[in-house]
Amino acid sequence: MDFRECAGGLRLTLAIETKDLTRLFKKRKPLFGKREKADDGGDVLALDRVSLQIPEGELFGLLGPNGAGKTTLIKILATLLLPTSGQALVAGHDVAKDVFPIRQRINMVSGGETSGYGLLTVRENIWMFSQFYGVPSKRAKEHIDELLKIFGLWDKRDEKVRAISTGQRQKMNMVRGFVTEPSILFLDEPTLGLDVNASRVIREYVMDWVKKREHKTVLLTTHYMMEADQMCDRIAIIHKGQILACDTPANLKKRIHQDSTFRLEVDTLKQTDGFSGIAGVRNFSVSNDIARNRTKLTFILSDEAAVSDIMSAIMGQGSRIHSLQKSDPTLEDVFVAMCGTGLE
Amino acid sequence: MTATVNRVTLNLRALVGRSYPRIIGANREPSWVFFETILPLLGIAAYVFIYHGFFVDAIKSDDAVLRTAALERLNALVGFVVLGGTMIAFWLNVLWSMASQLYWEKEVGNLQLYMMAPMSRMALLGGMAVGGVFMTGTRAIVTLAVGIYFFGVVLVVSNPLLILAVFFVTLVALYGMGMMFASLYLLYGREAWHLSALMEEPIFLVSGFYFPVKALGQTIAVGAAIIPATLGLDALRQLLFPPSSLGGLWVADPVTELLVLVVLAVVFLILARLSLAYLERLAKREGRLTSRHQ
Repeated sequence: MDFRECAGGLRLTLAIETKDLTRLFKKRKPLFGKREKADDGGDVLALDRVSLQIPEGELFGLLGPNGAGKTTLIKILATLLLPTSGQALVAGHDVAKDVFPIRQRINMVSGGETSGYGLLTVRENIWMFSQFYGVPSKRAKEHIDELLKIFGLWDKRDEKVRAISTGQRQKMNMVRGFVTEPSILFLDEPTLGLDVNASRVIREYVMDWVKKREHKTVLLTTHYMMEADQMCDRIAIIHKGQILACDTPANLKKRIHQDSTFRLEVDTLKQTDGFSGIAGVRNFSVSNDIARNRTKLTFILSDEAAVSDIMSAIMGQGSRIHSLQKSDPTLEDVFVAMCGTGLE
Repeated sequence: MTATVNRVTLNLRALVGRSYPRIIGANREPSWVFFETILPLLGIAAYVFIYHGFFVDAIKSDDAVLRTAALERLNALVGFVVLGGTMIAFWLNVLWSMASQLYWEKEVGNLQLYMMAPMSRMALLGGMAVGGVFMTGTRAIVTLAVGIYFFGVVLVVSNPLLILAVFFVTLVALYGMGMMFASLYLLYGREAWHLSALMEEPIFLVSGFYFPVKALGQTIAVGAAIIPATLGLDALRQLLFPPSSLGGLWVADPVTELLVLVVLAVVFLILARLSLAYLERLAKREGRLTSRHQ
């Protein structure tokens, strides 16, 4: 088992550790025919020398936009994918060499998952998956009933899976993840596409699960800022396969405390490249709302005097400014400051 | 010792868990009776009518010896078709619900959950096979019973133990072969699907599902014996119909065929285990285990 030295000499057991973890996706060779040429899109570097240490009992978040490498990292840790180089240890075991003890201790739930069989009921589906972990049938059924009540699915227990809604299905997936009582749970965008209520139920249970039970670890990937901010003990910001920062949400926000965050809503802009050349602009992100013919801009400024130059540049394109707001830094601002792009 | 017992218990539970959807779920909707037992009878009926056509004159003949011999041969041929039609259900199940099942599981997102679980992959495939045998068995029994009743087939059960042994070893070998093919789907998706399509109709022909396979010649019959259904059907037909009816059209005697089937079953199961382990590692290296729409 690996340990991490902490302040005061305390040694924490590591649930997850990666050392220079790299994953390169190469073009595939089909069963029939030739391998596609590399210039058809080329190889993709999904993870680039990622090193992380996650102690037991932590709710750890991975924050990054689509394609940042979050799911690739989770799949390697869940023993579904081999790293190209580097090492990943889960519960002290190497994912490339010693998968059985890892698989006994982990489970994973992904957002938008459509697993299971439509002909089986909610209860039967979860029971089936519990059997793949060797959970004694009676214990599994009792635990399933308990979890179905917590997640508000008790009334749907005998419904066929094909007849339940997307939100109910995702709650069922969450029950599937918890029923095997894993030590380490991977949650890959678990609230993706869910309504506010369903998301809240899931978030509260996950936080409660880590807090009230010993030695339980959650690795959560999300691109919802609020979710990461509210739930995670620590967050790693990942972009283009690299970890850019890893700290508590509060400490991450402190990193840009010296900077100012300004948000503007303007008529749709044709040119935004010029903003990076304005003195005092540390970074900025742009998102277009085509339906409303608006552009939303977030600027991280090292010098507030840059605001006037920004406004001039916007008005110079004939665009009207509808709102201008200075706000406290959020995790998204941290992300914008580091990556120069928003998360959505 | 405890670790071994725990591992065996885990895999037995996994096997039962994976067979459950096929044993319980698949029989939940009664529409299967029509689609999976009555419709196959139409294919069988086509061959029955053709065979009837061959013997029309002989059956109407005033010569009692000729008439009896014709009726006996007709009964045997119609019986072959009914038996072959019943075995087709198992072959289709092996191709589409065993070998290619992992492709479908990947598409719906089940495969990554299976591969992440601590159970052995053989327990997963074993569960699919046990469930498949049960599910297809219920359909095959109905098809066989209706076929025998409807077409008036007379079976002679002289050695029930040997019949049962041939039947079960044939199924083990067939599903072992399906398990071996299943590993291909870990790596190749849609392309392996085409392989299953390719193996459907040609196997109907060379395995002699509707006629004694020896009619294709001894060389083809022996070559086709790599498909367990070929020898299984040949042995069952010998054991269920009087030797006088179509004697000389058999590949080998039933006991020899049973022994070959045992060897095939063992070889396919070993190959399935080896190829699963190899192709799973390759799929994990190439990132194909979890990527959909290949």
